[in-house]
Amino acid sequence: MSNAVAAEKPASTLQGATLPTWSPYAIAGGSIVLAVLIGLVGSLDSKVQWGLIAAILFVIGTYVVAARIEGTRQAKDRIATSLVWVAFLLAVVPLVSLLWTTISRGVKVLDVYFLTHSMGVVGDTEPGGGIYHAIIGSLEQVGLATVIGAPIGVLTAIYLVEYGSGALSKAVTFFVDVMTGIPSIVAGLFILSLMLMWDMQPFGFAGSCALAILMMPVVVRSTEEMLKLVPNELREASLALGIPKWRTILKVVLPTAIGGITTGIMLSVARIAGETAPVLLLVFGNPFINNDPFHGAQASLPLYIYQQFAQSAGSGAAYDRAWAASLTLIAFVMILNLVARGIARWKAPKTGR
Amino acid sequence: MSKRIDVSGLTAYYGSHKAIEDISMTVEPRSVTAFIGPSGCGKSTFLRTLNRMHEVTTGGRVEGKVLLDDEDLYGHGIDPVSVRREIGMVFQRPNPFPTMSIFDNVAAGLRLAGSYKKSELSDVVEKSLKGANLWNEVKDRLNKPGSGLSGGQQQRLCIARAIAVEPKVLLMDEPCSALDPISTLAIEDLIGELKERFTIVIVTHNMQQAARVSDRTAFFNLAAVGQPGRLIEIDDTERIFSNPSVQATEDYISGRFG
Repeated sequence: MSNAVAAEKPASTLQGATLPTWSPYAIAGGSIVLAVLIGLVGSLDSKVQWGLIAAILFVIGTYVVAARIEGTRQAKDRIATSLVWVAFLLAVVPLVSLLWTTISRGVKVLDVYFLTHSMGVVGDTEPGGGIYHAIIGSLEQVGLATVIGAPIGVLTAIYLVEYGSGALSKAVTFFVDVMTGIPSIVAGLFILSLMLMWDMQPFGFAGSCALAILMMPVVVRSTEEMLKLVPNELREASLALGIPKWRTILKVVLPTAIGGITTGIMLSVARIAGETAPVLLLVFGNPFINNDPFHGAQASLPLYIYQQFAQSAGSGAAYDRAWAASLTLIAFVMILNLVARGIARWKAPKTGR
Repeated sequence: MSKRIDVSGLTAYYGSHKAIEDISMTVEPRSVTAFIGPSGCGKSTFLRTLNRMHEVTTGGRVEGKVLLDDEDLYGHGIDPVSVRREIGMVFQRPNPFPTMSIFDNVAAGLRLAGSYKKSELSDVVEKSLKGANLWNEVKDRLNKPGSGLSGGQQQRLCIARAIAVEPKVLLMDEPCSALDPISTLAIEDLIGELKERFTIVIVTHNMQQAARVSDRTAFFNLAAVGQPGRLIEIDDTERIFSNPSVQATEDYISGRFG
């Protein structure tokens, strides 16, 4: 009946054959099965090879099926979609694998005792001990670096966006770009050379200085982008009310961009929290608890992880401690990112009625 | 309360480009003066020279005199920030501060620019919102964000924000061009009320609007693209729209303009 009605109508130029919505899943399943078969028959050992074969089969299969049924234009659309999916999986698989390894190995010794005790009386190859001293060191060094780096970075960005014009701002932009490319070990060596000039011993604040150098350009860049996003109309509206420029920046421009600026700062904090090289040079490492960042060697989480691996002579207990410290570091950075997102959402300009 | 503006020989530049040339006119207090003319003829630029907003633009530069009751705004030692407190401005697109509530938006000028008494603040906000015919619509949600209002309400919020600091002159740069006819009518009615208290200058592309709201009308034109804009004539609105003294004005108003 319905067929008869359809036949009487002239053929539509707008309607073409369409693949059912489940077809991508079917093609994906089919290519996985085929890849497994190829892997078994060709006796390929590596599961990575199986996965790559499945991915290639999926992309090619999608194109062939779509080209036959839907036509070449839709096939190109589908091949782009499938490429995006394959790229997504290629990016996510290592990430999930890394997280899984860290969590499964890290939880073994991660408990309250581990978080609240130092390595003071525990030998590197013996079981027991903890990371309390490293957490204290990391918090103090990264905290001090942020206190130095974030304000300088934000103020530099404000200068570049709101006041800068001409040679000076071009020079500042250029040197910020150069600073972005400084390897962390070089920043460490720079501070180390200063320390050697005055004949100083390693201490936490020296590490903070190197970390601040690494942090500044990142903060400048992200803050600059956020300030450029603030519409010029808001600045003009404020100036036209007779509000001085500095108050306009402080009360109108910065509050509008504060969410993005905070996110940028938090991301740069996350970046320096994982730095090992400058800390190794300048803070040196210390199995005992040292709460004073201005005197004496300290530990830090990335440095602790490195030293547990490097100095343990293959001891299983040290490896377990290193994995647990890695998990703590990831959790620390994760929490920082969540806090940043929370602040960004909380402070974002409101649109609700 | 409101003041008179005397402009003589005013020329404005963007970098090396001359945008308007040799403009002289008088804006009477307690009246509405409308600027009309084709796009790019420098109406908005001229308006922005009147409260020294032109120099905020990169490369913006002004020659000539603007007298506000005999005081030269471009004279030696004049603070542009103080000038802008005397001469307020409403922009083409409504631009309430997105991080502030309706109340804070209206109070922004007082809080950030001038001295004020805490006890007076809510009175000033209420008075300004009433002055902008917005009070009844927002009095129950003063603490909600200003960006949640409709376009016409946002523009009236911006007018309330501008009049809250009690300027002597109010400049309006195409205040209705982003609004629907009903909001436009509300703002035109408002302009009629505001001219009792302020000197108002309005730029508009809508000639009917100029005819409806203004007492005097100035026609701007430019000889060719790339040439600086010039003031062709300024006269009573009735005369401009019925019997202008320059042929170009009549051509523009009657739509015979290329």
